[in-house]
Amino acid sequence: MKEKQEYEKDLASIRLVMERSVKFISLSGFSGILAGVYALAGSAYAYTLLYYPEIPLGNPSLFIADHPNLIFKLQLSAALVFILSVGTAYLFSWFKAKKLGIALWSSTSRQLLSDLLIPLCAGGIFILILLSQEYYQLIAPLCLLVYGLTLLQCSRNTFREIRYLGVTEIFLGLIATLRPDAGLVIWAFGFGLTHIIYGAVMYFRYDR
Amino acid sequence: MKNPFEHLDKILEHSVRLQIMSVLVANETYDFNSMKEILNVTDGALATHIRALEKEKYISITKSFVDRKPNTRFKATERGRKIFKMHLDALEHVIRQQKK
Repeated sequence: MKEKQEYEKDLASIRLVMERSVKFISLSGFSGILAGVYALAGSAYAYTLLYYPEIPLGNPSLFIADHPNLIFKLQLSAALVFILSVGTAYLFSWFKAKKLGIALWSSTSRQLLSDLLIPLCAGGIFILILLSQEYYQLIAPLCLLVYGLTLLQCSRNTFREIRYLGVTEIFLGLIATLRPDAGLVIWAFGFGLTHIIYGAVMYFRYDR
Repeated sequence: MKNPFEHLDKILEHSVRLQIMSVLVANETYDFNSMKEILNVTDGALATHIRALEKEKYISITKSFVDRKPNTRFKATERGRKIFKMHLDALEHVIRQQKK
């Protein structure tokens, strides 16, 4: 028969391996903060293109269609923000996995990736089709909605904050649908400020 | 539970086997290499404990090939889940009793 301490150790080890085997813990809060910063920079650039020096309100889809050059610049900056954010997330996850002494490519991260790719690609293609058909009004809210649903879908395999982040983005996406004139502001709020806040919370809770 | 020690499972007394079952209860299936990494054990040790668990029909094993590399996956059986849960309840009782 074992000692009491050993039974308690057994229980603690069960909890640890269960959590580790289900959750992707290499996700770094710091990459969330940086993704927020990129998004804010991208939004600021979009503001100079669309509204400057006026306040960033008013529905740009009413005049944007006549300016293909403008649309190209907006798409390019959005793509840049996306690529930079994904790259940063990958890099910091790699660092954190190394620090924790676990593999980045594991059963958990594969599960996470397969959960993430389907809604993200479906939503992304949907947005690209709308762009090609020149429906600009719904782009900002759709980005938020698709991103929120994707986060919600993969939140069971990582930190619970991701679930709340997902719900926040969905909520903002719906608000942005109601207020197309505030699309850019809400987009900046959802991808910029929200990322920075959640990233900071996760950084202080799990990264240090 | 009058005497929780009676409900503790002999096979799961060993911590590696207990951890293997924990992973398989939390996940539908799990492969050999990921399991090895999470538990931080050697190939040989994992293989030995896996064999013991399979012999008692706590888990089932499927072997296949992914990109020509062998891929071994484990899955907890109904029997394995039931005994794991019983063992866990017993552990809880033991600790609670000793705390009094």
